[in-house]
Amino acid sequence: MADISQTPTALWFDRFKPKSLGRVITSVLLFLGAWVMVFPFIWMISSSMKPTDEVYDADFSIIPKTFKGFENYYGVIFEQPYLVFLMNSMIVCIGILIIQLLTAIPAAYALAKLKFRGSTILFGTVIAAITIPINVTSIPLYIGLVRVGLLDTYFAMMFPFIVSVFAIFLFRQFFRGFPDSIIQAARVDGFSEIEIILRLILPSAVPAIAAFSVFSFVAHWNDLYWPLIVVQSQDKMTATLSMMQYQSAFDTDYGRTYASATVVTAPMVIAFLFARRLFIRGITMTGVKG
Amino acid sequence: MAQLTLKNIKKSFGDTPVLHDISLDVNDGEFVSLVGQSGCGKSTLLRIIAGLEQPDSGDVLIDGQSMLNAAPKDRNIAMVFQDYALYPHMSVGENMAMPLVMASLPLYARLPMMRSITPAGRKAQPHIREGVEKVSKQLHIDHLLDRKPAQLSGGQRQRVALGRALVRDPQVFLMDEPLSNLDAKLRVQVRSEITELHASSGLTFVYVTHDQVEAMTMSRRVALLQTGHLLQVGTPNDLFSDPANLDVAQFIGSPEINITAGESRAGQITIGEAQLPIDLGATGPVQIGIRPETISVPNAKGLVAAHAPKQGHMVTFTKRLIEDLGPEVLIHGAFAHAPDGIIRIRAQKSDAYSNAGMLAQSEALEVMLNPNQLLFFGADGQRLRPVVGAATRAEMA
Repeated sequence: MADISQTPTALWFDRFKPKSLGRVITSVLLFLGAWVMVFPFIWMISSSMKPTDEVYDADFSIIPKTFKGFENYYGVIFEQPYLVFLMNSMIVCIGILIIQLLTAIPAAYALAKLKFRGSTILFGTVIAAITIPINVTSIPLYIGLVRVGLLDTYFAMMFPFIVSVFAIFLFRQFFRGFPDSIIQAARVDGFSEIEIILRLILPSAVPAIAAFSVFSFVAHWNDLYWPLIVVQSQDKMTATLSMMQYQSAFDTDYGRTYASATVVTAPMVIAFLFARRLFIRGITMTGVKG
Repeated sequence: MAQLTLKNIKKSFGDTPVLHDISLDVNDGEFVSLVGQSGCGKSTLLRIIAGLEQPDSGDVLIDGQSMLNAAPKDRNIAMVFQDYALYPHMSVGENMAMPLVMASLPLYARLPMMRSITPAGRKAQPHIREGVEKVSKQLHIDHLLDRKPAQLSGGQRQRVALGRALVRDPQVFLMDEPLSNLDAKLRVQVRSEITELHASSGLTFVYVTHDQVEAMTMSRRVALLQTGHLLQVGTPNDLFSDPANLDVAQFIGSPEINITAGESRAGQITIGEAQLPIDLGATGPVQIGIRPETISVPNAKGLVAAHAPKQGHMVTFTKRLIEDLGPEVLIHGAFAHAPDGIIRIRAQKSDAYSNAGMLAQSEALEVMLNPNQLLFFGADGQRLRPVVGAATRAEMA
C-alpha cells in the first residue's frame, strides 16, 4: 500500500494554475467566444428588468438602475393570454411535426428503397427544393390563403411546412443504411410496404426521427416570419409572435418586449437543459444550427 | 411439395445482362444447388424465383402455374438470406411468428396490440403459437424465443432464420448462401443439419452457394452458372467426372483440375513423351484435364500408388514444393515437357512416409497417368469424348 500521507497537500487553487502560455491564450480566446455567445442573453435578461427609457440609455449597466422587473414580467404573463400563446405555439409546432413525419417518412422510404422509373430525377428535385427559401413562396401562399379565406387559422400557420424537404433528405439518407435483405425477407413473409415502414423501418429510425423532431420543433417555435404574415388576431398568436405586441410605430415598450423575449425563450432553454443529449444529437445529425 | 420450372429466364440490369436464357427444372422434393462465382447471377436467379425481382422475359412456374404476376408472399416460398435478415426489433418468437401472422390475419388485426384484442387475432393466436413452438423445438431454439436477434450467436441466428422460413410450411425453400457467415466448424455442422432438414421435410430446396463443396455435398443435383450462363446441370458425380466443358471441370474439384496441352493425331494423343491410344476423332492441339488425385507416383517412397493401372503412361514431372495435408500430400510442380504449366498431384501417404525421405527424392519424378481418367477439351473449351468404338478396339488388341 502506498502511503497517502506522504503526497504533498495540494492547494485548492493549484488546479487553476495555467500550465503554459498557450493554454492561457486558448482559455482567453474561449472565454471571449463564450462571452460573445452569452452576452445577448444577459443583455436580454438585464433589459427585461429595466424601464423602457433605460434600455437604450447611453450609460449602460447590466444591473438595472430602476428595477421594473416585477411590472414587466407581470405584464407579460398576466396581462395578456400568455398560456394561449404557448398553447398556439405547441399546437402549431406539434401539428407541423406530425404532418412532416407523415409525409416525409413514406417519401423517404420510396426514394431510398424502391426502384421506380425517375427516382433519381425525383430525388434531384427534392434536393433542389431545399434551396428555395420560404420568402420566395410566401407571397403566392399568402394570396392563396386570402382567396380561400383561411387566413388567421392554424391551417394557415402550418400549411407551408407540411412537407419538409429537409426531412425527406435526412430520412432517405438514414433509410438507405437499412439492410435490403430484411426488406426482402419481409416481402416474402407477406408484409405490405406500409407495414415494412411501420414495423421495421420506424423502430430502427428512432434516433433520426428524434433528431429531426428537435430540429423541426425548435425551428417552428422560433419562427417569427410566417406567423407575422398570417396571424391577425391575438387568440392565434404564437409565443414568439406575442413579443411583437409591445412594438408599434410610435411607442415601443422595450422593457416588456425583452421580458416577453425571456419568457418565450425559457421553455426551449428549459427543455434543452432536460434533454441536452437529444438536442445535441439532433443538431449534429441534422448538421444545421437549430 | 412442388415442382419448380424456370423457362428461358433472361434478366439484365441496365445494359449489363446478368442471366442469359436460363431454363431449369427442379423436381418435387429435390435439393438443387445453384453454384458459381460471385457475380454469376445465381442470387438474382433465386430472387426471381422468390418474386423479389422480375425477369425481363421467361417464366417461373410452380406446379405448372405461372408465378410471374404473383407477389412473393403468394408464391408460398420461404427464403433464408445470407445475413439472416432477422427483424432486429422483434424477439425470436415474434420473428418466427411473423409469416404466420401475415398469412392468417387481416391487415387491421396484424398490428401488435390488435392481435390480442380483435376476434380474428384471438382466433389465430393458438395456431400461431403452436406453429412457432413446433418449429422451435425441431430446431432446438425453443429456449431462445424471448431473446432479440442481437443477443444470439451466428449459429443461433441462422437457426432462427431457418425456423422463420419453415414455420409457414412453404412449397419451395430458397436459400441464399446461408452458411457463408458462419465459421468453418459451425458450417460443417449446419450443413448436415440442412441436409437432414431436407430429408425430413421432403420440401423442394433451391440452394445458392459459391462454395462447390457445399453444393457437392448437400444437393441431389447441381446447376453450375457462369457469367449468366447455365453451364451444366447434373448430379455432383456428373459434374465432377463428366463435365460438359473446361469451365465446369475447373470449377468443380479441389485442388483445381490440372490442365496441360496435348496433341491429338490419328487415334493417338501425345502428352510429353507419353503416347496414349485414344481416338478423339479430331486432329490438332487439345487441352487435357487431369485431376490431381488421378496422377500416381509409383516410384516415390512413402506414397501409396493409388491405382496401378495396367495401361498407365509414364510422364516426367519436376517437383517444386510439397504441402503436407495430413493424410495426404500435395506435390506442386510441372511436367518436364511443359515447364511453365503448374501441375498439382494429390497423393496418399503410406506408413513408410517421412518428410525427409520425400524431400530427398530427386527433383524429377516419373508419374503415371491413367488414360481412363483423363478429360479432353477442344480449343474452345468444349469437351471432346473418345470415339467409343476405337477405344474398345484398342483395348481388345
